[in-house]
Amino acid sequence: MTANKLEIIAEPGKTSFTTTRVVDAPRALVFEAFTKCEHLKRWMGPISLTMVSCETDLRPGGRYRFVFRSPDGNEVGFSGEFREVDAPSRIVRTFVFEPIPEAAALETLELVENNGKTTIKTTTQHKTVENRDGHVNSGMEAGMTAGYARLDELLAGLLQAR
Amino acid sequence: MHERDEPRGTGPERDVRSACRPTRRAILAKLAKGDASVLELAEPFDMSQPAISKHLKVLERAGLIARGRDAQRRPCRLEPQRLKQAAEWLGTYRQFWEASYSRLDDYLNDLQTKEKPRDRKQTRNHRRAR
Repeated sequence: MTANKLEIIAEPGKTSFTTTRVVDAPRALVFEAFTKCEHLKRWMGPISLTMVSCETDLRPGGRYRFVFRSPDGNEVGFSGEFREVDAPSRIVRTFVFEPIPEAAALETLELVENNGKTTIKTTTQHKTVENRDGHVNSGMEAGMTAGYARLDELLAGLLQAR
Repeated sequence: MHERDEPRGTGPERDVRSACRPTRRAILAKLAKGDASVLELAEPFDMSQPAISKHLKVLERAGLIARGRDAQRRPCRLEPQRLKQAAEWLGTYRQFWEASYSRLDDYLNDLQTKEKPRDRKQTRNHRRAR
């Protein structure tokens, strides 16, 4: 449908990673789509997941929380606090994947418009390389095999104390 | 407790720093090798038992560890199940966001073709009930 591709750059040994994606829409609209629950509920997450709860208090110091439910009824939340809000070009917020509260990160969203298209860039800053790797590779091992051996590796990567 | 339960405060740097509390990470790393009692966990940290118990409570609330029923010992164990379940149905980071952006393309397209870009009112094509 569109040639716009998601690019993820996670250089080995670094504590941050970036993603870029172009969408065919003006920046103001994209900013709305990223910040208002009425929009977020309609596109965020794979179609198999339902966003059952969405809260955003879009101002520095305000909090947000998204909760997704899987077909088998499991729920998981993402939450954090806004640090900078500069509509329609930039948001800085903390990011916590609630099952792993220890691996909180700082996420920067930047929107750049060019000829009616918008480049969405995210930068996610983790404290450790292990946390960064855990975030980018989240679910990969566990999703491929239910084996605990693989899970141990995943956990070790996520939880290893430096 | 000087280690906060929630990353708060001022400044992104401080937040990132406070997000990774070495004690709790070390506790999880130790439990990854086997169950342990509060006393056993407290030993290497030169911390009081109540201080360690507070860390354990945070981890328990997050679903990352579980406590045994043995009243004397209440051994702690790692609970990878919740993390595993969450990870399994979320898919990889890439899968999650590729799916999201693909939906976003369609959604933005709908917004732009079926409505004026600045008109945020719902049209008949966007049922309110959700």
